[in-house]
Amino acid sequence: MGMLHVVNKSPFEKTSLDSCLVYAKEGAAILLIEDAVYAALKDTAVADKVRAALKKCKVYALEPDIKARGMEVAKVIDGIDVVNYGGFVDLATAYDNVHSWV
Amino acid sequence: MKFGILVNEGPYQHQASDSAYQFTKAALEKGHEVFRVFFYHDGVNNGTRLATPPQDDRNITVRWAELSDKYNLDLVICIAAAQRRGIVDEEEMKRQGKDASNLAPGFRISGLGQLIEAGIQSDRLIVFGD
Amino acid sequence: MEGGVVKKFLYVNRRAPYGSIYALESLEVVLIGAAFEQDVSLLFVDDGVYQLKKGQDTSGVEMKNFSPTYNALGDYDVNKIYVDQESLEKRNLTTDDLMALTYEDEDDDYAEKPSIRVISRDEVADLMEEQDVVLSF
Repeated sequence: MGMLHVVNKSPFEKTSLDSCLVYAKEGAAILLIEDAVYAALKDTAVADKVRAALKKCKVYALEPDIKARGMEVAKVIDGIDVVNYGGFVDLATAYDNVHSWV
Repeated sequence: MKFGILVNEGPYQHQASDSAYQFTKAALEKGHEVFRVFFYHDGVNNGTRLATPPQDDRNITVRWAELSDKYNLDLVICIAAAQRRGIVDEEEMKRQGKDASNLAPGFRISGLGQLIEAGIQSDRLIVFGD
Repeated sequence: MEGGVVKKFLYVNRRAPYGSIYALESLEVVLIGAAFEQDVSLLFVDDGVYQLKKGQDTSGVEMKNFSPTYNALGDYDVNKIYVDQESLEKRNLTTDDLMALTYEDEDDDYAEKPSIRVISRDEVADLMEEQDVVLSF
């Protein structure tokens, strides 16, 4: 398995997600946590680039962070898997290494 | 699997320390080992025993200490970062001639080498920051 | 120090200096970490490339100018310093704008060689994937 990229910034405020999408290789995974979960939602200004990323990477979003922000899991982009903290641990285990785009 | 955790932000200001705590707790509950949690940059502020958060909010420092107690978790505050920010244990208090110490129970102060060692000893090192 | 275990450590620097302490304290980790004799690389990407800008003068802001420390990295056997080409270009910078970091190659009669290697987007991606430990601050 490739690398797990963890992004925690809102895509509307910071460029972390953009950088991550540039350098994430095919077969890598991207996990959206904290303010980055806003990138996981349908029909936003960044949804197109996230959907494009799904063609080469697995994308996950952290459910507790989605719910904390009053966003709906039902409105998460199709193809993005929603995980809890245990799922975060499982991803960190399954992928070879982890890079946090802090 | 063995995890190392790096926390780069202080409590309350950023979610980083909350996310790190939830990840660490989930990993331990799944039966994984956490070799060490290392606090760096403003992350050292997780280790002050003088904070008094409101009663209806989480107490981040106490929560870390309880996890440490339950799982024998090694919570290490970086000495260089702590000296800059005024996080002091008894030994440092005497060494630097300060009139107080404020390190919380469950935490210890040590050098940056402890972070590198965590990277070497752990199967995965996970960074939580701003 | 650790029974001969050698892992690939990558320090990812994505922030500019002085605006926050991350660059300075990250450099402190690199210097301490050098004693552990691991396979260390530094990557400067996004605003991290500003850390290597030559001519830093902090007298006006009264902060410690830590940029000379990058010059010392070679003495600590930290000589794989990667800079992302696109991050430079986006900021209208070239390698001429960066400090000329060097190291002495002990396998080549201690010849002085440049430590900085400017790499492409794909090379950055490969560099990240091949690491055991990725430290980002």
